[in-house]
Amino acid sequence: MNYEPVIGLEIHVQLSTRTKMFCGCELSFGEPPNTRTCPVCLGLPGALPVANEEAIRLGLMIGLALECDLAPTSIFHRKNYFYPDLPKGYQISQYDEPLCRGGHLGDVRIHRVHLEEDAAKLVHAGSSGRIHGSEASVVDFNRGGTPLAEIVTEPDVRSAEQASEWLRLLRTTLRRLGVSDVNMEEGSLRCDANISIRPVGSQEFGTKTELKNMNSFRFIQRGIEAEIARQKGIVESGGQVEQETLHFDPATGSITSLRSKEEAHDYRYFPEPDLIPIAITEELLASARAALPELPAARAQRFESELGLSADTAKLLAFRTEYADFYEEALEGNGSEPVPLANWITNELTARLGDEDPQQSKVSPAALAQLVGLVSEKKVTNAGARQVLDKLVADGGDPAAIVEAEGLGALDDTGELDGAIDAALAANPDIAERLRSGDMKPMGVIIGHVMRETKGRADGGEVTRLVRSKLGL
Amino acid sequence: MTQVRDLTAAQAADAVRDGKLSATELFDAYRDAAAADELNAYLYVAEEPNVSGGDLHGVPLAVKDLFCTKGVISQSGSKILEGYKPPYTATVVENLEKAGAPLLGKTNQDEFAMGSSNENSAFGPVQNPWDRERVPGGSSGGSAAAVAAGTAPWALGTDTGGSIRQPAAMCGIVGLKPTYGAVSRFGMIAFASSLDQAGPLTRDVTDAALLLGHMVSKDPCDATSIGRPDEIALPRSHKLDGIRLGRPDDLSTEGVEPGVMEAYERTLKLAEDLGATIETCHLPHADHGISAYYVIAPAEASSNLARFDGVRYGLRSNGGDLLSMYTHTRHDGFGAEVKRRIMLGTYALSSGYYDAYYGRAQRVRTLIATDFKQAFENVDFVVTPTAPTTAFKIGELADDPLAMYLNDYFTVPMSLAGIPAISIPNGLSDGRPTGFQLAGPAFSESRILDAAYALEQAIGFDGSETRK
Ligand SMILES: [Zn+2]
Repeated sequence: MNYEPVIGLEIHVQLSTRTKMFCGCELSFGEPPNTRTCPVCLGLPGALPVANEEAIRLGLMIGLALECDLAPTSIFHRKNYFYPDLPKGYQISQYDEPLCRGGHLGDVRIHRVHLEEDAAKLVHAGSSGRIHGSEASVVDFNRGGTPLAEIVTEPDVRSAEQASEWLRLLRTTLRRLGVSDVNMEEGSLRCDANISIRPVGSQEFGTKTELKNMNSFRFIQRGIEAEIARQKGIVESGGQVEQETLHFDPATGSITSLRSKEEAHDYRYFPEPDLIPIAITEELLASARAALPELPAARAQRFESELGLSADTAKLLAFRTEYADFYEEALEGNGSEPVPLANWITNELTARLGDEDPQQSKVSPAALAQLVGLVSEKKVTNAGARQVLDKLVADGGDPAAIVEAEGLGALDDTGELDGAIDAALAANPDIAERLRSGDMKPMGVIIGHVMRETKGRADGGEVTRLVRSKLGL
Repeated sequence: MTQVRDLTAAQAADAVRDGKLSATELFDAYRDAAAADELNAYLYVAEEPNVSGGDLHGVPLAVKDLFCTKGVISQSGSKILEGYKPPYTATVVENLEKAGAPLLGKTNQDEFAMGSSNENSAFGPVQNPWDRERVPGGSSGGSAAAVAAGTAPWALGTDTGGSIRQPAAMCGIVGLKPTYGAVSRFGMIAFASSLDQAGPLTRDVTDAALLLGHMVSKDPCDATSIGRPDEIALPRSHKLDGIRLGRPDDLSTEGVEPGVMEAYERTLKLAEDLGATIETCHLPHADHGISAYYVIAPAEASSNLARFDGVRYGLRSNGGDLLSMYTHTRHDGFGAEVKRRIMLGTYALSSGYYDAYYGRAQRVRTLIATDFKQAFENVDFVVTPTAPTTAFKIGELADDPLAMYLNDYFTVPMSLAGIPAISIPNGLSDGRPTGFQLAGPAFSESRILDAAYALEQAIGFDGSETRK
């Protein structure tokens, strides 16, 4: 029997506010432990929370971007459980009256978006790395109380690959909104996945498991794949999937149980009596709307229709905000056409920079635009331009100056090119013979020889034309 | 008794203002009296005044233990916070310090304000100055006893279901619970967040108005605080002309001591003599107040008290692992009544029981609030005895929590409705004070104080006997 995975995602996003969700402490970026704290975020006796309006505004921006229904009033609940990273013994979160409901991003529907506070950070001494078996544990409350938006999808995702791709789109959208750093390694974007399988064609849901806290796109994809395989193995050997919370270890690829259904917490949710309902004012909503930038999906559409990019290239750029911004800045430079510039970025620049932000690289948008212009004007060949780009990535600088200094200008002087071709034909007499007899297949050998000799400054088409005329073909 | 401590707080403030009395002399007199207290009313007495001047001219203030006072023990009557000194001061205490009321001391209370007798304090029971074998009421028992004994000119208490009004009644002083939200809760160690309000415990109605006027504020640190639309005026009225007093026919008088009932009837007659009319009013759901209260308050408390886990402050009893540290700390640190309410509240919020208990209690609460709204369309104030009994003997109800809970029968409905109510001394029954309660619509404190003042003059209660 064929099985189909059914996957829903829960994403926690740290919001880029100045201060914490319920107190005036500034957010922490690696300060010494417990220096960004106050009576409220330490849960001292008598301290009370007050909701951060900026966090609500950022939450509304997410809701608008995901086309959710925004609740005119929503309320906070207390989620009660004991843990040392939770100073009050409860987390202030939203429960049955969240800030946003419904909506979608691409082909995945959004179930809800709500606001809550982050827990503090625990550090465990000893080798286990977990609280059980450690000699001692210490708590750093700097992170405690950081505003979080939790985005919950409907179970619309059907593969690990789709999950990973959709999360990239979500991350780009959030980055474009400017509501979060969305840095998975630093934990400002965290993802849990609810996973079940069912026979293809079935409309019912199987028993789901929850895979916790995966902190990179690669781990998410591998973790979900591993869990789907585990569930298939259980079902195919006649067993039943148990509802439980799981942990994926990327180092070993293994999945272990954190807690079973029986061990699940009863969080005793009840409305937070220390806070008043969030009432969305017209001003707040207008301010969230005004701050809404063009979103990646709309941007891709514009690149396609207005600039003539292919759908794939448009998405490649628009779904990586940093590259789309780089592209639009480069377009303002002189002499570059939208399509070749886009291709140079998506084919050449991304390959060289990897995950690095192009705005942080040594290549300026203007420099890339100038380089692509030189190629269009045939002042430098594609191969030569690739060498120039290598230089730009390594050291930065001005493309025209690099062409000059490195002697990478296209050979428009036929004398020099003539000499190189003659030398190539002389060095490869058997190839020259085959060409003469009308077998054009080995032309590449001559072109390659000329390219080597001219350090890529020759144009392949021009070399072919000259060879043919020299051999009287 | 010295002449200095004969003065009410308002009189003392005037005397200092007029140069007839020095603030230092005033503070020293109370500091010495508080230090010599034999009722176990104080858990801490200050050496020196920490502020002077202002509108209150250095009249010292006794503060219930559960208010956070920077660098001064703030334990909420609990062993789990024994010796705890907070790094900040509660907004209401800060407001009063800015107004010129220095901290005189911290007063004993039922642990986490849970109790009606002050017997639940981890630091021992407080004695009633009228009869030292009897309780002062609770949970603000230390504050009430201190004011009644004249070791403090006035005091701060908190009221969740009657914790200001009931001890005020049992100690023969004035106690006022303001409208929910009038006074900031920031820095009050929480019992039940949706019910807790700070209020004054004073010798007379004028002092209550003076103190309350300097307590109220809209506090940016308390999202539920709204302050007040107007200033609290000092009461002046000697008449009750045109005032309609509502006598609820739905609250049972079964279990009310005959002497308490007689005092209540006597004062209703006095009110009529002052020009008031007595009308029957209906609060059809108020009889369920106690049931709803003992679900809602423990539910909130079970969550509010979760922070006392031994991790960051207060008592820590080490076990082997995390769970045993939690259980040992909370086993050793909390008293029996606190544990009972945490269990009740945890149960009421549990999945599968939430609707039957917490959900239903909240619906009752809404109905009671509506009852009062409708009643106030026909009457100005609802009047009841404050507590069904006078002060009982220490230990008398210790094994009967339900009987103890019923002591809040007349005060809990107003707490659930979030409306203001005052208790004024209403004469003696068997030599022990009784209280008369007036409750009005939200933010009617000034009118309540006016009416209470007129009644106070007519009743003519003399509390000086216990101020030695
Ligand atoms: Zn803080």
